[in-house]
Amino acid sequence: MANKNRPDGTGETGRGKQLGADIRDDDLERRRRDLEASLAARRPERLEGKDDAKAGGATGYGQALKLSSEFVAGVVVGVGAGWIFDRMVGTPPWGLIVGLLLGFGAGVLNVLRSAGLAQEFGQRANPREPKK
Amino acid sequence: MAADKVDPIHQFQIHPIIPLHIGGYDVSFTNSALFMVVTVVLASAFLYMTTASRSLVPGRLQSVSEMAYEFVGNMLRDAAGKQGMRFFPLVFSLFMFVLVANLIGLIPYFFTVTSHIIVTFTLAALVIGTVIVYGFAKHGFGFLKLFVPHGVPVYLLPLVVAIEVISFVSRPVSLSVRLFANMLAGHITLKVFSGFVVSLSALGAVGVAGSILPLAMAVALTALELLVAFLQAYVFAVLTCMYLNDALHPSH
Repeated sequence: MANKNRPDGTGETGRGKQLGADIRDDDLERRRRDLEASLAARRPERLEGKDDAKAGGATGYGQALKLSSEFVAGVVVGVGAGWIFDRMVGTPPWGLIVGLLLGFGAGVLNVLRSAGLAQEFGQRANPREPKK
Repeated sequence: MAADKVDPIHQFQIHPIIPLHIGGYDVSFTNSALFMVVTVVLASAFLYMTTASRSLVPGRLQSVSEMAYEFVGNMLRDAAGKQGMRFFPLVFSLFMFVLVANLIGLIPYFFTVTSHIIVTFTLAALVIGTVIVYGFAKHGFGFLKLFVPHGVPVYLLPLVVAIEVISFVSRPVSLSVRLFANMLAGHITLKVFSGFVVSLSALGAVGVAGSILPLAMAVALTALELLVAFLQAYVFAVLTCMYLNDALHPSH
């Protein structure tokens, strides 16, 4: 479709605009696909099989305990760190508040990590690299 | 007496067998310590005796020992690579200790060492201590790169690093809490259902007929607990391997 209106210079503006919009549409489409592909590559593969597939019975129970312990541990450590900071520096209650919020963040990060949805420590998500 | 029987927490009580006080500290030899000794002796004796008269074609028990070795060896090699094998003694000891402690805890009237958080936390602290000491010894301050993810904008860095540090510190906590909670919850459930059997069958013929249900449940739960005992030892060892991997290669 590009070579159709290339030779004549007359209909340049009208068609050109349309063409430009076309290209932008194409471009957007391509970029969206690229983004999806790179997001998929960036996302670490889930731990297949044992952990996710059979969510019933003992495995589901184990998974639940695993994830909840990860989250609780993050919050507990955050609060503990904030509280100790307060005790040492004498800034209550700010250390506790900040520690609690950071702890929630760390807890969520822990859960995402242990569910295989976030990258591991200090790791750049790289699909070539063997996981785990 | 009857209240004692259905009290599901009673089994976790620690009581001294040989009272001992040194310098104001209570270091009595307790039932917990006794079962730790039993665990260690049992695990070592099993591994020693099954491999003492080893043959090229392994017998049944010898192949159990070899399977345990290869299981942990493969796990460690997968998670931490060839260099990880220097930690094999640590990981194998931890795995065997937790596994045997979980398994003998299933025997009635036996004490479950791993149902106390102080025991599991000590094990987890040992792991994380090894990671930190080895990480700093091998990489110096490069080990701290572990807390700095790639490609994070500078203005977000303090926040992200703080969260990463908390996340790292929470690892031994979640490691110990998971093992302890699994063991505690499992044993309490088992005890509660067994308690139903006892109290129902005290009601006469109808009660005895009714107690079949909780009895079946207790049997099923025992099988589940056997699975959990193995699974938790496995999870503990796998996570140990993954943490050791961080000590070996802090930045990929």
